[in-house]
Amino acid sequence: MMGDKNLRGWVVMINKELLQISNLVTSFRINGEYYAAVDGVSLSVRENEVFAIVGESGCGKSALALSIMNLHNKINTKIEGNIYFKNKDLLTLRLSELNSIRGRDIGMIFQDPLTALNPLMKIGAQIEESLSFHMSLSREEKQDRAMELLEGVGIPSPALTYEQFPHELSGGMRQRAMIAIALACKPSLVIADEPTTALDVTIQAQILELLKKLQKEMKSGIILITHDLGVVAEMADKVAVMYAGQIVETADVYEIFANPLHPYTRSLLASVPGVSPADSGKERLHVIRGMVPSLLKLNRKGCRFSPRIPWIPLSFHEEEPRYHEVKPGHFVLCSCYKNFKFK
Amino acid sequence: MIKFVCSRRKISRKDAYRGVPESAQIEKGEVRVPLLEVKDLKVHYPIRGGILGRTQDYVKAVDGIAFSIEKGETFGLVGESGSGKSTTGKAIVGLVRSTQGQIFFEGEDITKYIGKNRSPYRRGVQMIFQDAYSSLNPKKRVLDIIGEPLRNFEKLTSGEERKRVDELLDIVGLSPETAVKYPYEFSGGQRQRIGIARAMALKPKLIIADEPVSALDLSVQAQILNFMKDIQQHFKLAYLFVSHDLGVVKHMCTNIAIMHKGRFVEQGSREQIYNNPVHIYTKRLIAAIPDMDPVNRRKTERFRDKVAADYEQRYREYYNSENSVYDLKKIGDSHYVALP
Repeated sequence: MMGDKNLRGWVVMINKELLQISNLVTSFRINGEYYAAVDGVSLSVRENEVFAIVGESGCGKSALALSIMNLHNKINTKIEGNIYFKNKDLLTLRLSELNSIRGRDIGMIFQDPLTALNPLMKIGAQIEESLSFHMSLSREEKQDRAMELLEGVGIPSPALTYEQFPHELSGGMRQRAMIAIALACKPSLVIADEPTTALDVTIQAQILELLKKLQKEMKSGIILITHDLGVVAEMADKVAVMYAGQIVETADVYEIFANPLHPYTRSLLASVPGVSPADSGKERLHVIRGMVPSLLKLNRKGCRFSPRIPWIPLSFHEEEPRYHEVKPGHFVLCSCYKNFKFK
Repeated sequence: MIKFVCSRRKISRKDAYRGVPESAQIEKGEVRVPLLEVKDLKVHYPIRGGILGRTQDYVKAVDGIAFSIEKGETFGLVGESGSGKSTTGKAIVGLVRSTQGQIFFEGEDITKYIGKNRSPYRRGVQMIFQDAYSSLNPKKRVLDIIGEPLRNFEKLTSGEERKRVDELLDIVGLSPETAVKYPYEFSGGQRQRIGIARAMALKPKLIIADEPVSALDLSVQAQILNFMKDIQQHFKLAYLFVSHDLGVVKHMCTNIAIMHKGRFVEQGSREQIYNNPVHIYTKRLIAAIPDMDPVNRRKTERFRDKVAADYEQRYREYYNSENSVYDLKKIGDSHYVALP
């Protein structure tokens, strides 16, 4: 145990990379055949960094998050590739080893706190559950820590909330309680899957601020999965845009908003309503043609976004799209970005 | 027991006009009445308790609001969850009963139509729901879903009906073959369009849109919003647009009311609300809109902290001793704020 910790410290010193995913392919079995929902994703998350994964529903961003935690149903899911977390491949670990990492080193915040929390357990007990699983603390210590966490996530009366059930709390308070559970063991990596989607704007602003504050304190890495570009602009350090199971563009946050290149990224940014201060409601929003392809009908050859931009001739796309490094750290998939114009 | 304060006697047109002097404008000797006018609307839900199930208290979901919508305009109703914005929409179409207040549609008090199925009011006002999954009957084909309002109000032969359904599907950009499909065969955006086609079937003058795009992806949302604007121009529709998304509301609405605790805290044009918010709650809401430029991060954060501190300190100035919102006061041309 001790040696393990030292080793970890040593690794961190020379390389602050926390999580490294290479060539991850997550496929689901549908009618006897496997279809890849995540198709060759590589990324790395460093300590003290917020890595945002953006995309629309069905692009594979949640499948990616669940793959990291290995939470998919084993019977009909196949995960290939490598996921190194602190130089251990999560995909090859035994269940007991994995369980010691889940919740302790990697915390997860789910989208809908009402379904993710146990309706029959008091909030206090749910926080202590994770503490007693991973740490050997006395009852008083656990209770103190739970109170401390509830206070840390900005719950006004921790002693009261400690004794309450999830249904007695408002949406914002529930999400806070879930963040408290995810952070109970001070994880070095937090996966937040749409943490504010179910919340009102003012509560969303509060929760995002809270996550930022806690992240600074704990110096942990956060993988932020969202479809909300506003949240990305406010929170992220690095951004990866996903489409049909692939990362189509990745760059740091300033670069991606100042200089978006991939047609999908540009289309997404153009379809956000009411952002420009001058939006008088007269101009039309950009609409991406067609639909997000379903897993079964997806054409896996060539540029996957090409059917949605039919006015760009096929010769501008690559037959086997590869990543182009436009600037250091800014990667774009397929060469079609060079000739893309809105129609 | 909920009491209907509004009288149920038949109101003549003349009587109805008597009730609407403030907003009715006289133009070239003609009285112009707004398409929809809501006056002092209240919806209180009783809280029952005890052995006998007596009413012990009320939840004041909507507690005295008034507004009017002109022909062809989009009126935005914004608020956080629990503010009463959806209840307002439902009370207008008659899905919940109002406790008090009057609703005038084209100058006519609609109280007499409450509980009547085939009234002209039902024809003129339709609704689009937030959740296109639960608002379409899974056992019906699209043909029957869109055809139902037609069957209720118009005596059409099945051939004529089919023609109308095809026209409606064409308006919302779906092919005629989809008429024989069931809702589960469609994506979220397509379902929402079916919901819009159903709302459009009777050529209404007002559509209540209750969070029509909040369950949709960004690109589909853009499609539906563009489309709603197109049919608005083409058919001179008015929308009551209920939403919590301030970006969407800014894009869609000309006049906006901000709701909090069942009452309006501020009402005005888009420019007034977004550029010059006066009420502390509106300020807080506007400050919470995510900034799409990461360069402004620090600035937004500081601004938000300032507004939040302001909200804490000056809360008492904006809410009365019962923690409720004051009555609206006119502070500028069409700009109203709830101030003491």
